[in-house]
Amino acid sequence: MSIDLGLPRIGGLDGVPTTDEAYKAKDFKSDQEVRWCPGCGDYVVLNTMQAFLPSLGVKRENIVFVSGIGCSSRFPYYMNTYGFHSIHGRAPAIATGLAVARPDLSVFVITGDGDALSIGGNHLIHALRRNVNIKILLFNNRIYGLTKGQYSPTSEEGKITKSTPMGSLDHPFNPISLALGAEATFVARALDSDKAGLTEVLTAATQHRGSAFVEIYQNCPIFNDGAFDVLKDKDESARRIVPLRPGEPIVFGPENEYAVVRGDFGFDIAKVADIDPDTIVTHDPTIADPAYAFALSRLGGQDLSHTPIGIFRQVDRTTYDDAVRAQVESARQKQDADLQALLNGSDTWTVA
Amino acid sequence: MSTSENTPGQAAGERTTTVEKLDRVVIRFAGDSGDGMQLTGDRFTSETAAFGNDLATLPNFPAEIRAPQGTMAGVSSFQVHFADYDILTPGDRPDVLVVMNPAALKANIDDLPPGGTIIANTDEFTKRNLAKVGYTDNPLDDGSLDQYQVHKVAMSTLTRGAVEHLGIGKKDAERTKNMFALGLLSWMYHRPTEGTENFLRTKFARKPDIAEANILAFRAGWNYGETTEAFSVTYDVAPAKLPPGTYRQITGNLALAYGIIAAGQRSGLPVVLGSYPITPASDILHELSKHKAFNVITMQAEDEIAGIGAALGASYGGALGVTSTSGPGVALKSETIGLAVMTELPLVVIDVQRGGPSTGLPTKTEQADLLQALYGRNGESPVPVVAPCSPGDCFDMALEAARIALTYRTPVILLSDGALANGSEPWRIPNVDELPDLTVTFASEPNAMDGSNEFWPYVRDTETLAREWAIPGTPGLEHRIGGLEKADNKGNISYDPDNHDRMVRLRQAKIDGIKVPDVEVDDPTGDARVLALGWGSSYGPIGAACRRVRRSGMRIAQAHLRYLNPLPANLGSVLERYDVVIVPEMNLGQLAGVLRARYLVDIRSHTKVAGLPFKAAELAEVFTDVINDTEPPAADGSDVHALTEAVE
Repeated sequence: MSIDLGLPRIGGLDGVPTTDEAYKAKDFKSDQEVRWCPGCGDYVVLNTMQAFLPSLGVKRENIVFVSGIGCSSRFPYYMNTYGFHSIHGRAPAIATGLAVARPDLSVFVITGDGDALSIGGNHLIHALRRNVNIKILLFNNRIYGLTKGQYSPTSEEGKITKSTPMGSLDHPFNPISLALGAEATFVARALDSDKAGLTEVLTAATQHRGSAFVEIYQNCPIFNDGAFDVLKDKDESARRIVPLRPGEPIVFGPENEYAVVRGDFGFDIAKVADIDPDTIVTHDPTIADPAYAFALSRLGGQDLSHTPIGIFRQVDRTTYDDAVRAQVESARQKQDADLQALLNGSDTWTVA
Repeated sequence: MSTSENTPGQAAGERTTTVEKLDRVVIRFAGDSGDGMQLTGDRFTSETAAFGNDLATLPNFPAEIRAPQGTMAGVSSFQVHFADYDILTPGDRPDVLVVMNPAALKANIDDLPPGGTIIANTDEFTKRNLAKVGYTDNPLDDGSLDQYQVHKVAMSTLTRGAVEHLGIGKKDAERTKNMFALGLLSWMYHRPTEGTENFLRTKFARKPDIAEANILAFRAGWNYGETTEAFSVTYDVAPAKLPPGTYRQITGNLALAYGIIAAGQRSGLPVVLGSYPITPASDILHELSKHKAFNVITMQAEDEIAGIGAALGASYGGALGVTSTSGPGVALKSETIGLAVMTELPLVVIDVQRGGPSTGLPTKTEQADLLQALYGRNGESPVPVVAPCSPGDCFDMALEAARIALTYRTPVILLSDGALANGSEPWRIPNVDELPDLTVTFASEPNAMDGSNEFWPYVRDTETLAREWAIPGTPGLEHRIGGLEKADNKGNISYDPDNHDRMVRLRQAKIDGIKVPDVEVDDPTGDARVLALGWGSSYGPIGAACRRVRRSGMRIAQAHLRYLNPLPANLGSVLERYDVVIVPEMNLGQLAGVLRARYLVDIRSHTKVAGLPFKAAELAEVFTDVINDTEPPAADGSDVHALTEAVE
């Protein structure tokens, strides 16, 4: 387990005004008609979010959803909170400015695989490395939906789409590995259809002070239907989903007959029957070195063979926005804001 | 324009130096990029400001930090013009050229008029250095400079001699030769020296040896002038009679940064600057980052787009969002500027223009971003544009940009340029209490027009057409905004054709209706038939050219635009009053095109895109030609207009 350095621990929502008002899910529904396609995974995530937010106990007016462009980025319009539907890829930058200026807000970024990982890749990694106190929910459907079906940076190689009739050629991103490479302090993955699991991850993400990166596998019924069926099928999912439960050995399979063990370099999958049970990795998302969580993220490939679900990493690091405000506060303590003195400077002369 | 008088010699006591009175002087310091010419020029400028002359400066340096030593590409120069009256430009051509090496001589000699003074560091005129720039003979000795007054000074040797007892290395010792040059020129022009010595002590506080070496070199330069017989004349330029007030020296970038801080203080809002380093705008980021005590947050973003994104996000949260950049950065930011247009949030976008297109000339000046500022976005995307006309004016226009942004809830583009950014002038320091009040009121109540308890984000103020600024955290006003077209008043997404047409026109009407001051015309005789109209940093050269033309007995009116969108309400009637309107621009006629389209006036466009400001002399000739065209001379040519005096 990681060593507690005795650093002050503050929650992700510290500074956000609380309320005794008992909100219900419907209090977070806006009056706008939801315009996603029938059967879209986004509906499930929206409903989960609306059901989840009352549990935070913070004032509704202090919650902001910022999004980019894409199907999922319409999300803010359907939330009865403050919302900013911005431009393609730039939501993390806008949310960073907002979070820096306003410590009293709970800021969510809603983005997709194209928005966050193609056009907005730069802003995503920099928000994560800075550890801005924003919650980034990446709806990954492995396709471009709003532009009607081109392959995305998470599409599997060889994917036949409108723009790749002979199959896509580029190697996809593993979003979890990418976030960990940027040293994100909170990294998790959830499934759109798993309301309980998603709620659990959202709860931990909002309590985390710093950037929380949550990849949500989300089905696009029109352009990439069934992309995650293998993780939803009863038999298949048991063999593929690797549940990450802090403090517990990482085992999976219909009978928990598989386990994650240390390999020569990174982690391997082994049959529990073939190994010493003590060699099974016990999950600890608080390990400081991102290499641990990164190794977990490499268990499965683009074929969704072994797919860890849950919280990969959850560590404390000073947030950029807290540090920025601390510098301003420190400067204000040390120095008077005397505008006239500033304008005068040190070398003046007078003309009578 | 000079008078001489003999004064008894001072320290030496044995010789007589002549003091010549001058009303103005232009000095150019030129050397290698590593020779510290910018610092030398800056210090001479500060001494000159402290003495009370009016002044204007023109730094000119390569984009490379250290181009190969001794080459033409590596020449860096700093020109300062100072006078006993109010001047408008850094001067067309130097009277005195200080050259630290052969490359500096070669790069600048063509600008020196016959009879001009050259002060050369002979130590660097070695065979190797001469060969580097293609001199086969030493121009200091071969008679090729006979038409100038040449002073040959072994600056490196003399400097080494002055500081060697400190025991610092030869390299460190020689690096202080720029202070020797400064000392010599300070002696020649009777500049106060205390400021420079204090400056050096502060600058090198952590390296007392280096501070001492620089001070000794500076004094050695002064004493060289004082004690040797090489220089028999010194010059006196009396303080200028500027309007009463307290003054300081200021560059455009510093004034801009101060204007932004003042806007934050006068609005009571935190300032959030999102910026990415870019020449020649970075100094604004550097300066603002020093002033956190004024509730100024600066964020060096990962790119230009993130810089403006963070600024806009902060504005959405109720701060004064600002982003600073140059032309290439504006190109990257244009989509976000469009988002600010659509979401109608306040935002100040500072474009310190440089030579373009593409990377262009990073360290040189140009005015070619006007059309980018006005039109460089997709869709009908009107944005107010303002442009300061002098370094000091950058302060006022930064406040104006903030006022417009906050009052009308719109992004505003401020167009400065490289000449304003790095150029300096005396600045009459404003009284803080007299600065405009920029207080804003955030929305706090539902405003639905149907009497319901809802908040409609796009309900407009009937006078300004601005929508309310409802910031997150305000109970009951939860709403959603974004880049999709909004329904009038309610602000929900709307694809309705009539609504889009109405919203496009409303956004345009809001910007068109922004109140800006009328343009003032300077027409001393009141009957000029030609109007010289400019914008931005060309105010100085145009004004100086107008003075020359008038002193030669011709009539010309001058007007200058500090508001480019919307244009002043009286501009149309001003243009109609003149037979000819001549518009000089450092681009290919961008403002001229705008004016022709808008007012159906046949503008005469004069353009230059050389990366350097206009010279007063060239504009005076252009204006003279236009006047001759407009007021044709008699058949016998008896009343041809001609420039008679080459003064400002």
